[in-house]
Parts: sequence; structure tokens; C-alpha cells
Amino acid sequence: MIADDLVPLLTQGLRETAYMVAVAALLSALGGLLVGVLLVLTGRDGLLPARPVNALLGLVVNVGRSLPFIILLVAIIPVTRAVVGTTIGTTAAIVPLTVSAIPFYARIVETALREVDRDVIAAARAMGANRRQIVGKVLLREARPGLVAGFTLTVVALIGYSAMAGVIGGGGLGDLALRYGYQRFENDVMIATVVLLVAFVQLVQVVGDVITRRLSHR
Amino acid sequence: MIELDGLRRTYRGRGRSVVAVDGVSLSVRPGEVFGVVGRSGAGKSTLLRCVNLLERPDEGTVTVDGVELTALGGDRLRAARQRIGMVHQHFALLGSRTAAGNVAFALEVMGVPRRERARRVAELLDLVGLTDRADAYPAQLSGGQKQRVGIARALAGRPKVLLCDEATSALDPETTRSILGLLRDLNQRLGLTILLITHEMDVVKRLCDSAAVMRDGRLTESGRVTELIARPGSELAAEVFPLGTPPTLPGSTVVDVTVAGPDADTAFVAELTRRFDLDARILGGTVEQLAGGRAGRLRLALPGDAERTAPAVAHLRAAGLAVEVAA
Repeated sequence: MIADDLVPLLTQGLRETAYMVAVAALLSALGGLLVGVLLVLTGRDGLLPARPVNALLGLVVNVGRSLPFIILLVAIIPVTRAVVGTTIGTTAAIVPLTVSAIPFYARIVETALREVDRDVIAAARAMGANRRQIVGKVLLREARPGLVAGFTLTVVALIGYSAMAGVIGGGGLGDLALRYGYQRFENDVMIATVVLLVAFVQLVQVVGDVITRRLSHR
Repeated sequence: MIELDGLRRTYRGRGRSVVAVDGVSLSVRPGEVFGVVGRSGAGKSTLLRCVNLLERPDEGTVTVDGVELTALGGDRLRAARQRIGMVHQHFALLGSRTAAGNVAFALEVMGVPRRERARRVAELLDLVGLTDRADAYPAQLSGGQKQRVGIARALAGRPKVLLCDEATSALDPETTRSILGLLRDLNQRLGLTILLITHEMDVVKRLCDSAAVMRDGRLTESGRVTELIARPGSELAAEVFPLGTPPTLPGSTVVDVTVAGPDADTAFVAELTRRFDLDARILGGTVEQLAGGRAGRLRLALPGDAERTAPAVAHLRAAGLAVEVAA
């Protein structure tokens, strides 16, 4: 049984989670695509080989990937302050979420782009396509199913990470579960948040799967 | 139309280098179908990729339709590539676009305006007989249909030159024949010059006016197909018309006679009987109508030893036939 005063609490938590995840996901998509494309372009057999750039980028991505989110969250507080002007609150949580999701998605983008048939890239070059056309019309377009599936994965990971946003006052469903469900032993809040989170992830996954299927013509 | 001069391309790996193309020169006349044959690893693919500079040769020059491509770079090279079509063994179609979309892609790359694109796509699909499959994705097409899309796309820039990289090697024999027929038709209707590489002798037989044999990065023989076949000791002749190991027949001389060109129908077997009293037995062979003319090879057993049959062999040679005493 859910008490009446619980509904606004849950609604607010859901809204905060959705806000954090949505903005972070959007920014990570852009950042991840950019970094992923750069990783592929500058790679050994890339269209614009540049060993040092590739190595540096790879290192940064790996560092970002190896930091546990809870540590990243507090470690980059100065960056957060510089970017959004505050270090606490929901908006402040978007910065570490984005910083952690960009390398995650970048590697997925890199893998998806490398899956594109080399023959097709050679064919595009033979047709006189320039780099921009090859990236836009061949690499990104051919890899769309993988990019969307990977983005779905990223959003789900972001939902998970967002549970830790409470540490810097970010709010959200995860924070609700910790404060009410864990610290105050209010089990009904715990159960309600878990159900909402599961439903949220499920929704994201189903939508992602449908789009992925629509995009792949196999 | 295509002039390759002294091409060399080396791949450098860890501690060792492989010379894939080792000083190749060849010339393809306008409107000609030229085939480079050889086993896998002979360097054919690298050679073809050097023609539109997908691989930049370390040495040598490539000239297509009077333009020295090896002197170009950047935008000018890309513009030149748009005038050279290329067809790939595994089709290399965009899986995310329909047949029409794949052809449109080539036009987009060339900057053809949208309205004109639709018209040209319809025209090109019609040219390869695929109008009814315009909206199908590659995954829904058969191998032959995919290659037709590949050919339509290659023709988008109204090229004078078409490069075919094992264009039929992934297809079954029947589909191969229909694609070869299409290429022959395009060659004749559009005056398209075709440079192809293949390991299938059937392609040489059905399509090529001229051919070259490539081995270990070099061209070992090169010329008009009928001339090459008539040349004594020709590798191409042995590949196109294989006779196998000659049998040893006691009391007989085995000779391999190559016939090519307008004289291919000479009734020389009957002549041997009449003039030299030799009852030639045919052990094996083929005479076929090739794209480049009539040609074939016959293995005959002539009664008597080499000395007895020498005048007959000399006579055949004098008549312009290539004769090898096999056993």
C-alpha cells in the first residue's frame, strides 16, 4: 500500500531521474559519437591515421572508463563548478554522469563503426567520396543499428549511475530509495522505487530494441 | 584509355616486405575488355586498386583517359575517381539503403541535385534490368541482383572506364553468365572500356578482347586473347584450354595444336591424312567461340616417331598453327 504523501515524492524522484538521464544521455550521445568517430578515423587503418592523437584519446577514454562512478562524482567537483556554477543539485549531477558516459559510449561507437564492411568504405572511396561523406553517409549510417543498441545500453547504465547522484544532492529515484527505503526503513518506498526503476529501464530497452530492429535491414 | 607504366607497390609488414606489384606496365585500348588473370596472391587485386589509386603505387604512373592520376591528390583525384566505375567481388553495397538508394548514393557523392538524382537512378536501374527491385534492400536481393546494383552504381558518373574486381567470383555459373552478358552489352552499347581481374578462365573466354597473365606481381604475358592463345608455350592457352598431362603412347607422337583467329576452322586433321598419310587421332581438346574470336587447342596422336611426323608438324607450323610436341 502506498501512502498518499508518497506519490508526490515518487513523482518528483522520477522527474529528477528522467531529467538527469535525458540531458546526460543527449550530451553523451554527441560526445560519444564525436570521440568514437575520432578514435576510428585516427586509428591504424583509419581515414586520417594519427598515432599520437589516437593513443592519447584512447588513454583518456580508458581513464574515464576505469574510474568507479561514485569516485568520479566527487573527484570532478571542480569541473562541475566550472561548468554549471554549482556543485550540488540535480543539474550538477549531470556533469559527472555525462563525463562517465561519454567514454562508455565512445567505445561502443568505435566498435560499431569498425564493424562496417571495409569493402563498402573502399567502394565509397572509389566513387570519389570525401572523408565527411564517408563518415556521414557510410560509417555512421551503416552502423546505425549498433549505434542505437549501444545508446540504449548507455541510457540504462546512466539510469544505474543516477542512483548515486544523491551523494551530491542530485535527487532522483535512487536517492529516494536510499534515504527513505534504506536509512528510514520505509520498505514501501524502497519497493515503489525499485518497481519504477525496473519499469523505466524496461521502457528504454524496449524502445531501443524496436528502433534498432527498424534500422537493420537484414 | 588506361596506361599503367612501371607500377610497383610494396607492402611493408613487421620486418619483411612483400612486393605485390612488381613493375607492371600495360595499356588498355578504348572500348576494349582487358582481363588480368592469375592465381590468388599474384597481385591482381592490388594492381586493380592502383588504377583508381585506392592503393597509391610506390613507383610508376597511372593514366586514365589522358589524365595522369598519380599526379593528382585531394579533390581533383576524387573528381577523377567519379569518372571511373568500380565493381566489387562482394558487391560492397550499403546495407542500410535500398537498391535505388545505393545508386543514389553514388550520385549524392557526385553532387547531383535531388530532382535529377531520381531520374538518373531510374535510368541506371533500367540499364541493368532491375527496375522492379528498386525498393529492395541488399539483404533481400540475390547475388546476381546485388551485382547488378553494383554495376548500376558504378555507371552513375557516366564513366568511360569500368574496373571489375572479381565481379563474378562470388556468383554461381548461371548468374556469372548473365552478369558477363550484361558487361559485354554495356561494353558494346556504351563503348565502355573494361579492365577486370579474375581467376576464372570462363570470364576470359566470354568477355575479354585482351588479357594478361599475372604471376608474383609481374605480367608474364599480355596481348590479344587470340594472339596469346596462338603463342607457343602460352600460359593463358594452357589455362583456358587445359589438356592435362600428355599420355605416352608407344609408336605415336603426341602433339598439341593451338588454333586461333580466322584460321581456327582449317581442316588440318584431314589434311594430315591426305598429304602425309598420317591418321591423326584426337585425344582431347576444345575449339570455342570466344569473345575475342575463335580459338581452341587439340591434342592429337600421330602414328610414328618424332622423325616420321616431323614434316607434318613443320607443315602445320608453316600454316600458322602453334604446335607443341608433347610426348
